[in-house]
Amino acid sequence: MADRLTASRVRSAWLFLTPMLVVLALVAAWPLVRTIWLSFTDANLLSMEKAKFVGLENFKGEYGLLHDKLWWTSVKNTLWFTFFTVTIETVLGMTVALVLNKEFPGRGLIRAAVLVPWAIPTVVSAKMWSWMLNDQFGILNHIGVQLGLLHAPLAWTADPDLLMASVVMVDVWKTTPFMALLILAGLQMLPKECYEAAQVDGVHPVKVFFKVTLPLIRPALMVAIIFRALDAIRIFDLIYVLTGTREPSMTMSVYARQQLIEFQQVGYGSAASTLLFFIVALLTVLYIVIGRVKLGGD
Amino acid sequence: MPEANPEAKNDTKDKTGPSGNGSSKAGSTCILMRGVGKHFGKTRVLEKIDLDIKTGEFCVFVGPSGCGKSTLLRLIAGLESVSSGDLSIDGQRMNDVEPSKRGIAMVFQSYALYPHMTVYKNLAFGLKLGQVEQGEADRRIREAARMLQIEQLLDRLPKQLSGGQRQRVAIGRAITRQPKIFLFDEPLSNLDAALRVSMRSELSRLHKQLKTTMVYVTHDQVEAMTMADRIVILNAGHVEQFGPPLEVYHRPRTVFAAGFLGSPKMNFMRGDITEVGGDSVTVKLTGGGNVKAAVKPDGAKVGDTVTVGFRPEHLKITAGDKGGLTATVQLVEDLGDHSIMHLDRDAVEGRVLAKVEKVPATEGQTVSFEIPAAECHVFDAKGMALARRD
Amino acid sequence: MTGKVAARKGLFYLLVIAIIFYTLFPFYYAILSSLKTGTELFSVDYFPVTWNLGNYVSVFRDNPFATNIWNSVLVSFSTVALSLFLGLTAAFALARIKFRGRSLLLLTILGVSMFPQVAVLSGMFQMIRSLGLYNHLPGLVLAYMIFTLPFTVWVLTTFMRELPKELEEAAIMDGASSWTILTRVFMPLMWPALVTTGLLAFIAAWNEFLFALTFTLTNDERTVPVGIALMSGASTHEIPWGNIMAASVMVTLPLVVLVLIFQRRIVSGLTAGAVKG
Repeated sequence: MADRLTASRVRSAWLFLTPMLVVLALVAAWPLVRTIWLSFTDANLLSMEKAKFVGLENFKGEYGLLHDKLWWTSVKNTLWFTFFTVTIETVLGMTVALVLNKEFPGRGLIRAAVLVPWAIPTVVSAKMWSWMLNDQFGILNHIGVQLGLLHAPLAWTADPDLLMASVVMVDVWKTTPFMALLILAGLQMLPKECYEAAQVDGVHPVKVFFKVTLPLIRPALMVAIIFRALDAIRIFDLIYVLTGTREPSMTMSVYARQQLIEFQQVGYGSAASTLLFFIVALLTVLYIVIGRVKLGGD
Repeated sequence: MPEANPEAKNDTKDKTGPSGNGSSKAGSTCILMRGVGKHFGKTRVLEKIDLDIKTGEFCVFVGPSGCGKSTLLRLIAGLESVSSGDLSIDGQRMNDVEPSKRGIAMVFQSYALYPHMTVYKNLAFGLKLGQVEQGEADRRIREAARMLQIEQLLDRLPKQLSGGQRQRVAIGRAITRQPKIFLFDEPLSNLDAALRVSMRSELSRLHKQLKTTMVYVTHDQVEAMTMADRIVILNAGHVEQFGPPLEVYHRPRTVFAAGFLGSPKMNFMRGDITEVGGDSVTVKLTGGGNVKAAVKPDGAKVGDTVTVGFRPEHLKITAGDKGGLTATVQLVEDLGDHSIMHLDRDAVEGRVLAKVEKVPATEGQTVSFEIPAAECHVFDAKGMALARRD
Repeated sequence: MTGKVAARKGLFYLLVIAIIFYTLFPFYYAILSSLKTGTELFSVDYFPVTWNLGNYVSVFRDNPFATNIWNSVLVSFSTVALSLFLGLTAAFALARIKFRGRSLLLLTILGVSMFPQVAVLSGMFQMIRSLGLYNHLPGLVLAYMIFTLPFTVWVLTTFMRELPKELEEAAIMDGASSWTILTRVFMPLMWPALVTTGLLAFIAAWNEFLFALTFTLTNDERTVPVGIALMSGASTHEIPWGNIMAASVMVTLPLVVLVLIFQRRIVSGLTAGAVKG
């Protein structure tokens, strides 16, 4: 039997939650449901009212996603992109974090400098790097040729074989700070005694890293990697601004948007979006489950 | 001396005072609890509490940690809801009434001052919310500040104040609301010993000045003994005894109440009843010796196992053997104005403590002692005291 | 022995310099390029040769850049205000009141931050259109709630949980309603968290591209990221790199300054979200 005082408090709790929940329902719940619904229709951007229910046509059908070579290319691209960026960013981020973890004069300045790539809007980063990667006037080609690394300037944002490399390069530059910060947070929570003991024992720093540091920050590292991976799978802005809708670098988000807006295939594009959503959701759930299991087992 | 009595100023826009405030007269019941109980999920914290606290009295809830005294206070405040039974204030049932409408003000253990507001604003906050008119509010604030000698602190922030000063501000915040009842939740626990002693007397003075009902929670029996008109001893969620401090001290109704008040603790020894008289009972102690207690037998029979209790200050070391009570002196602690003797009775029941002004024996010696019948308490197998003769 | 230590130290500082160079060079080069005009852009220089501010003038002349900036400012500040309002009220309920389904709700809200933007694109497009907000800035502000609310609610809830219970109880005894407690007692004590979430929300809104691209049609409603992405030159095949670089620098400089000033707050906000997750 709930007493009146507690009941009124619970009532006021839901009252306070309502504005946020309404907005979230409007911008998250409803659009998601709508997108999933649309993926079962043949809706067209110009004539949305005439949409007809087509079941799993967009997925399984003759012209469905599962048979679309471009879709599978974008899936492959997304996975490669995720793999490369997360790996490189983890390694580089770890390096930067280790550096920032040490006390030295000017550490604050370095930390501030490291934040700059993260602070710059993605579009601006893409443009800046586009300019540096420019095949005629780009400084990177210039340095490459001068140092003898390249025979001739490369068309980084035009040559199909180089597109993926370009986007990976820029994303690594932009996102390594974030990884570095997350790893740094993990490093700073480690007890200093381990290092001091290793120092006294005269263990080589590299060995200390692999045998002591790495195992200890594994949990924080896993969190950072999962976060980054989930972000990488969803990426849109950078790809679109740097390489547009070029096939070799098209990710699932870019594919979906192209279908939706450019080709006005709302039903089809929604199907692609829905698949992407479920992939991300699945990975998130997997992560939580594995995370819980690990915590329980520990 | 102006009183913070709701009847004194008649302000129709005042929402901090309770409604119908002309009815409470000193001596009438202010807070009434009938069968009050509180449980959190499956845990029962309070059970079958029956109390009536009179208007204008200083009532202290005292007991060990976890006995439920703070919870009981919070039930009166309305910060926790009553699970069973009825709580009334001035005859009105308060179970479902919001805290701010009960005519109550509370002083918290950690003072709970608003850190970002000056002392003045802290004192004014409740008044502004109760829509007390500006001039009246300012009058009350300055009056309270004067009473508590914190006038020069009105523009400071809490973090600039000492513990004792913060405590006064917390009390001042309660005073400005002109409540029917003051609630104190272990307000002196965070102060150092010297400050505690001076604050104790200040609170008593305040009570005499304001003449408002005050309910005070503490685990410190000294505060309970010195400040209370009546004390409530709580143990594991129920009331052990409720009465004036001296009565509880001299006529404890349960073993627990007897052992709680008094320092050093009352001595307890087990024994069996050998004689039952009209106004006395004789007990043969398990550890040897007999004592006679001036208690009414009240259903007790020869052969009943009982617990005998007597306070260290009532133990008399005697020249010769009287009644077969002997012990060896194990340790003497000198405290300047009195000494505590630790007496051993063959390690049967642990040490017996005696509180004496002059030490008649040295460590290692065997002594005889007696306990005057009038200071001897007897508790039955359930821990209930046999009623005293006088 | 000292030789080894010196060598290690030398390597370390070399690494530090490499990191600084790697992180700051692109921005430096953008500034450099923005100060060149016309044919100067065709040659590659590592150090500034001219100090021509021409681009900074032409970028406003050739593009609705001033409008873009103004729009971004409006949208970003509004996003912050709305996020904080919604976040604070929700956090109060989630942090201070026990009710059934509370932890599940919090987890669900966090889960929203995992949505791919495209997954809600068509649905949100319809919703914005039906609310009459297509090609209007308030539409963007509403859309941005999908990624500002999750972390705002999360951070504010975590922070509000730490406020002492007795403070709230004292306010209750003083007769404060829940709203009064939130605004007059809690909010003044929460300003570090408000600054952190406000900053993160501002940066996210300022930065956002996909929604801004999809939900606006005309130049006078476009925000900075879209404006820069769509910058075109005098002829159809000429990309106005000078203008673009100038725009980039102008847009980035205040952000960089903000981030540098508040770096501690931002870092703690970012890591708090991730570490607790």
